[in-house]
Amino acid sequence: MDLSALTSLVISWQSLVILAVFGITLLIATYSTYAERVVAAFLQDRVGPDRAGPYGLLQPLADAVKLFTKEEFFPAGSNRALFVFGPCLAMTTALMASAVIPFGNTLLLNNGDVVRLQAIEVNIGMLYVFGVVSLGVYGLMIGGWASNNKFSLLGAIRAAAQAVSYELAMGMALIALLMVTGTLSLQKIALQQYDGLWNIVYQPLGFIIFIVCAFAETNRTPFDLPECETELVGGYHTEYSSMKMGLYLFAEYINVFVASAVMSTLYFGGFSFPGEHLLYNSLTSSQGELFAHNVVTILGTVVLFAKIFFFIFFFMWVRWTLPRFRYDQLMRLGWTMLFPLAILNIILTGAFILFFGSKAPKLDVSKEAAPTEIRTVARR
Amino acid sequence: MGNSLFYFLAFVALLSALGVVFAKNPMHSVLFLILTFFAISGHYLMLNAQFLAAVNIIVYAGAIMVLFLFVVMFLNLNADTEPNKSGLAKVAGAIAGGMLLLVLIAALRNVNPVGADAASFDSQIGMVNRLGLVLYRQYLVPFELASVLFLVAMVGSVMLGKREAGERNF
Repeated sequence: MDLSALTSLVISWQSLVILAVFGITLLIATYSTYAERVVAAFLQDRVGPDRAGPYGLLQPLADAVKLFTKEEFFPAGSNRALFVFGPCLAMTTALMASAVIPFGNTLLLNNGDVVRLQAIEVNIGMLYVFGVVSLGVYGLMIGGWASNNKFSLLGAIRAAAQAVSYELAMGMALIALLMVTGTLSLQKIALQQYDGLWNIVYQPLGFIIFIVCAFAETNRTPFDLPECETELVGGYHTEYSSMKMGLYLFAEYINVFVASAVMSTLYFGGFSFPGEHLLYNSLTSSQGELFAHNVVTILGTVVLFAKIFFFIFFFMWVRWTLPRFRYDQLMRLGWTMLFPLAILNIILTGAFILFFGSKAPKLDVSKEAAPTEIRTVARR
Repeated sequence: MGNSLFYFLAFVALLSALGVVFAKNPMHSVLFLILTFFAISGHYLMLNAQFLAAVNIIVYAGAIMVLFLFVVMFLNLNADTEPNKSGLAKVAGAIAGGMLLLVLIAALRNVNPVGADAASFDSQIGMVNRLGLVLYRQYLVPFELASVLFLVAMVGSVMLGKREAGERNF
């Protein structure tokens, strides 16, 4: 790649989208901390944060100032390098996952350019998300181990065992979904649901397994055993203070956002909404195809964020409603309930496809497989 | 750019692989091994084998190394608590390592490094659908047998973890 190609890449629309995805991820995670308190206050019939700014809207800013100005503490006998590395890793892996999520369809520009509302389109998107999720536990493990504290170590060990156990069921739920969609690309999955029914119709059991595993993978109540205060002081982040602690908490909210986005995309139609074809057709006849396409795309993005916000709210709702599991109950649920259910789901899906046919596109093996489409087709 | 990326990845892979062997602390060894897997996945990506790259990360870096780390944490292995190896173990280790080196050199000595022919090279060879076609047509039986093996292992672990009738832990 020479210099001119590089500069045109840097200032292209697509790079703006990448920046926007990064910024929006951070913004939503920031205000998730505020939303968490408001939801908690509402569910417990309290007032909640209302001091900083109107309705307490500046609370996340006040929190950040507090975290940044607190003393940075290194426990005696800790492994300093890994102690710092832990929260960094947690944050990095959390931020990586939102790169492949399609936040909308394409925008058509006047000069014929197509801008995807997705940072990068890879044809193994589902595997990418799964891989990044499976790396997320390292930040917890390394931080917990490096703290040189028994409670931290126990929290780290719990995190590792929990993550590995629930990844299994999560992967199996995704396999069943893959059998339905026939593609690993998140954008293609979203576009399929644009034209047909949402995947929740085909995979209700798979979705239930997936959402339970998502709670476990993001360490949210009722599965927040790695940071169980009643047993482990603070779990893996017992020894952390200042912004390093903040990074851990922040990473959790980013994970919640990403999990919500993945669930909306995989099972709840992504950026599609009822009546979009009607709207598209009526706008095309009155305003032209370009305008209609862009309006539908922007509306789709708004709808996708509404779905994501609902799931984030759902995470919080569950957190302030359900009590925490016991650790052996958590393990038993993962291995003896969700895992057999996931296998059953695969068998049922397979039987369904065998008897009723599949909506996945048939792979034409007589022809050479077409080269991967770099530029996504806007619309038929 | 492709060349320099290759050299960078190769450098990281070799350096972190050496780090695995030479690190005194088992925890650092495990972390270096994870870095090695990432460098190797980078190589897969450069060969356009996206599926292999992702699966390498998911299976090795995401699952197996978590278990390695888990064991290291549980046993609290540290440089201080590590007992000194006896002389016999050192000699045995040196001989085994030397034999492996010998076999590798013998195997690679006569290899003629040929690059892929740019004209006839199929860039889609590593894509998921191509891999699926090969696995489900050419190698269907071995693939299914391997799948059954994995399924048996997973079901076996569930059965071992199941509570016996009348057993109580609390």
